[in-house]
Amino acid sequence: MTTKLFGAPVQRREDPRLLTGQGRYLDDLGRDALAAAFVRSPHAHARVRDIDVSGALDVEGLVAIYTWEDLPERVGRALPLLIPHPALTHGRTAYPLARDVVRHVGEPVVMVVAADRYAAEDACALIEVDYEPLKPVVGIEEAVQGAQLVHEDVPGNVGAHLVQEVAAADGRGAREAIETSPHTLAFRLDIERSASMPLEGRGVYARWDGRDLRVYSSTQTSTSVRMAVAAALGLPLPQVEVIAPDVGGGFGVKIVHPWPEEVLVPWAAMTLGREVKWTEDRREHFVSSAHERGQVQYVRVGFDDDGRVLGLDVTILHDHGAYTPYGIIVPIVTSTQLLGPYKPGAYRVEFTAVYTNTVQVTPYRGAGRPQGVFCMERTMDKIARYLGKDRTEVRAANFIRPDEFPYDQGMTFQDGRPLIYDSGNYPEMLRMIKELIGWDTFERRPGLGIGIGCYVEGTGVGPYEGGHVQITSDGRVHVSTGLTSQGQGHETAFAQIAATELGVPIERVSVVTGDTRRFGYAVGTFASRAAVVSGNAIALACRKVREKALRIAADALEADPGDLDIADGIVHVVGAPSAAVPLSTVAVLANPLRYAFDEETAKATQFATAAAPDRPPVAEGEEPGLEGRDYYSPIRSTFAAGMHAAIVETDPDTAEIKVLRYAVVHDCGRLINPMIVEGQIHGGVAQGIGGALYERMVYDQHGQLVNASFMDFLMPYATEIPRVETGHLETPSPLNPLGIKGAGEAGVIPVSAVIASAVEDAEGIEINRMPISPSELFELRMG
Amino acid sequence: MKPPPFTYHAPRDLPAALRTLAEVGGKVLAGGQSLIPMLNMRLAAPGHVVDINRVAGLDGIEVSRAGVTVGALARHADVERAGAHPLLTWALKLVAHPAIRNRGTVVGSLVHADPAAELPAVLAVLGGHVRVARWDCGRVTFREIPAAEFFVGPMESAVGPGELAVSAFFPALEEGSGAAFHEVSRRHGDYALAGACAVVGVAGARVACIGVGGGPVVIDVGGDLSSAAARVRDAVDPDDDIHASAAYRRHLVGVLAERALRDAAREGAAARGA
Repeated sequence: MTTKLFGAPVQRREDPRLLTGQGRYLDDLGRDALAAAFVRSPHAHARVRDIDVSGALDVEGLVAIYTWEDLPERVGRALPLLIPHPALTHGRTAYPLARDVVRHVGEPVVMVVAADRYAAEDACALIEVDYEPLKPVVGIEEAVQGAQLVHEDVPGNVGAHLVQEVAAADGRGAREAIETSPHTLAFRLDIERSASMPLEGRGVYARWDGRDLRVYSSTQTSTSVRMAVAAALGLPLPQVEVIAPDVGGGFGVKIVHPWPEEVLVPWAAMTLGREVKWTEDRREHFVSSAHERGQVQYVRVGFDDDGRVLGLDVTILHDHGAYTPYGIIVPIVTSTQLLGPYKPGAYRVEFTAVYTNTVQVTPYRGAGRPQGVFCMERTMDKIARYLGKDRTEVRAANFIRPDEFPYDQGMTFQDGRPLIYDSGNYPEMLRMIKELIGWDTFERRPGLGIGIGCYVEGTGVGPYEGGHVQITSDGRVHVSTGLTSQGQGHETAFAQIAATELGVPIERVSVVTGDTRRFGYAVGTFASRAAVVSGNAIALACRKVREKALRIAADALEADPGDLDIADGIVHVVGAPSAAVPLSTVAVLANPLRYAFDEETAKATQFATAAAPDRPPVAEGEEPGLEGRDYYSPIRSTFAAGMHAAIVETDPDTAEIKVLRYAVVHDCGRLINPMIVEGQIHGGVAQGIGGALYERMVYDQHGQLVNASFMDFLMPYATEIPRVETGHLETPSPLNPLGIKGAGEAGVIPVSAVIASAVEDAEGIEINRMPISPSELFELRMG
Repeated sequence: MKPPPFTYHAPRDLPAALRTLAEVGGKVLAGGQSLIPMLNMRLAAPGHVVDINRVAGLDGIEVSRAGVTVGALARHADVERAGAHPLLTWALKLVAHPAIRNRGTVVGSLVHADPAAELPAVLAVLGGHVRVARWDCGRVTFREIPAAEFFVGPMESAVGPGELAVSAFFPALEEGSGAAFHEVSRRHGDYALAGACAVVGVAGARVACIGVGGGPVVIDVGGDLSSAAARVRDAVDPDDDIHASAAYRRHLVGVLAERALRDAAREGAAARGA
């Protein structure tokens, strides 16, 4: 068989396990562990006056009750602000348990440990917390008014304020450019809150054996959790290991760390000398993890008769919820990625991140891009409408041309590095999406609309990832990388890379991710970065191993390493297939042995080989074993792109909105596995349709999340998702050895923009707010 | 999401079930599709749960010329498959998803009396009734509650403390009449934003609307279908909620009533060979 697997639609190797109930998720572990549960604040804003646990003490099975007062100083500290930024002048994070004031419904106040979750919840129900309710701040407008404060020491509720400005070629600023433009438009846009909502919530399980701590967490970053836990508990790093078992989706919410429970559960396990586990339930997930998306945008744009943007001025109000543990990454991404495939003349963007008494905001798949793309694509549609031009024509007039790469947008991206697009071909992509959806032959009629949306996504951010590759004496290849998997197909894609690089059948390759026992240095899985950063690191590690294998095989075959190749796991002399040695033997030869344990390894023992008497068995500069480790640290992000188009039908009587067709053209550079990329796109589009037509977090004036269940928070079912038609364009990235770009978030990014574009087309009513429901479309029709 | 402690009872026959209900009160567990989530979210904390799933003789689906009698343990899916009543079958296809229909019961849905549920509207538009049993002075007694009196308010039926709804009777469509059910839900299988089922016969037409009042809203349309939408909109009293405004629901239910009446009239005409 061929070993050229890179680029092939290999079926996902993890699926038989994950789809037949063989996955091992957090709650499948630690059957005998004690269970933790939390008393969470029922108030959006309140002072904790007193906690009376006496009513709970008689619950059968109760083991321990902890409040903030019970925590050691180190454990009770405010959680870290993970990504500081000079503009985040008033960053605030929560305490693991409420110290004094609770700032959103769901904030943990008391931790209960009991024999099982039933008893723990019974005890929680009997603990009485005396709250002094404070006036909550709900919604962006109330936050901006600043009459009530979420944090006493944060004036105006402003956590961060940042202005970025890119002048036009003639040196003029955006506002000046707009003033002198032939045409100008000004409008307001709104996007509501949604959330990651992984199938599996968060969860932590900890074991302490008196010396070493092992923590399992449903996380997107086991290495960082490890460092955070070791720091919080005052343990030397080598005594702490953190493992991400099978994780049932993350979509961003699990990159945040350490969560209160990630500190408290291990601490309780150490304190009690017992295994402790906490598994988040869905109601907890709604009110105590993280949300995203909520923004108000004020846009002013100036343009010429061709629809070319001469100046763009965007002011963003970003709802950050109660805390900013992940810094201001989301509004930074919105501000920068708003530009998409366009060069808007002069650009000014200003955002204010405000606190509200709601669940904190951290990145959710797309991470600020859906809002930015909504802004830019609505702008393009409005310009086209104003000029009476085809919407795709206006977009094309603003595209960065293929000969302009690398293209410097003149801004600073979320990784602190310049926003320079590495490669792309936007005109060709537009041609492909128009053909795929049938843009030019679409027959418009009332109640039928077509829409389009374009985006550029900075993917594969640094700082680095690593890969370790080991070939054992049975010929098997063991790949490990430190970042984690949440179902993306890493076991398959990374195995394809290793199999291709090493010339071995993929069946012989196994992949381990997110286990600090196997690989200690990593950043995590977010920002569509796993394939780019870990993929390249694994390829580089494989190349080291390959080089070593050829060197050893050359010795054994008395050939020149340059004349050797590897196919099907066998090193052979090119053109002389009989002169060959399998990698299993090479692995044996790489590790000189005193003791054999089977026939194969006997070949490496001291009397089996005619060793050179004047050379040490392991040559100077060599290491025993056929293994290698390498890292890939990207100079900056690589920029994937895509264009989506949809045809929607709106019912003239019921105002129902149905997506009839949905098409995607996608460019993530070289494809490792088109089937996996398409799967990522399908899932992303489904989440995007959720955000466009169904999902919203509904807070009432008291700061209560009134739809905190799957009964009322409407994620689309399969029945709501159309078949997604996909086309691929491959513009390799010049930045990394494999020429790849990230694909994980792509599907979700432009969907709200596309659906808004199509509904507007069908209805002739301007759509400035997403999501949109039948009831809202009805109200718009009524005027 | 674990329920608070409760005492569990699993009686084997109807007298035992009714005795238990008379003695301890408690909530009846049949399909559990509403009760179990409420327990797990600690929105309900009954001291006793009386599981009737082992009670013999409650799972029947009896068809006669007069109509269909559905026992308290007959699952949505079984009744749907039996196909014994065209309107009931149509409505059941709109109830939630297969997994829920495999467990949930028709009678349980009636007793639960959700104003957006389909089955109460079917019972109401057909003028059916629910048979209720209780333990009274050492013996089992029954009473029949007509649909018009059964749905007292949102999530409230006329089943009293200690009583168990043992069956529901859905009258057959009169000869030459037709029926239809239309609804709009946010997602396939969700509770409807609004809906309407209609029966149109020689003598006249009736429509029952859901999601627009405290229970199914029944309107006798008589022979004039052309003004039906307006009359329906006048008769209903919908609320705003997070999924739809009252104004939208009022508009929508008119559209759906019109559609249901039109389809029912067409079916009736076809049945008469007209």
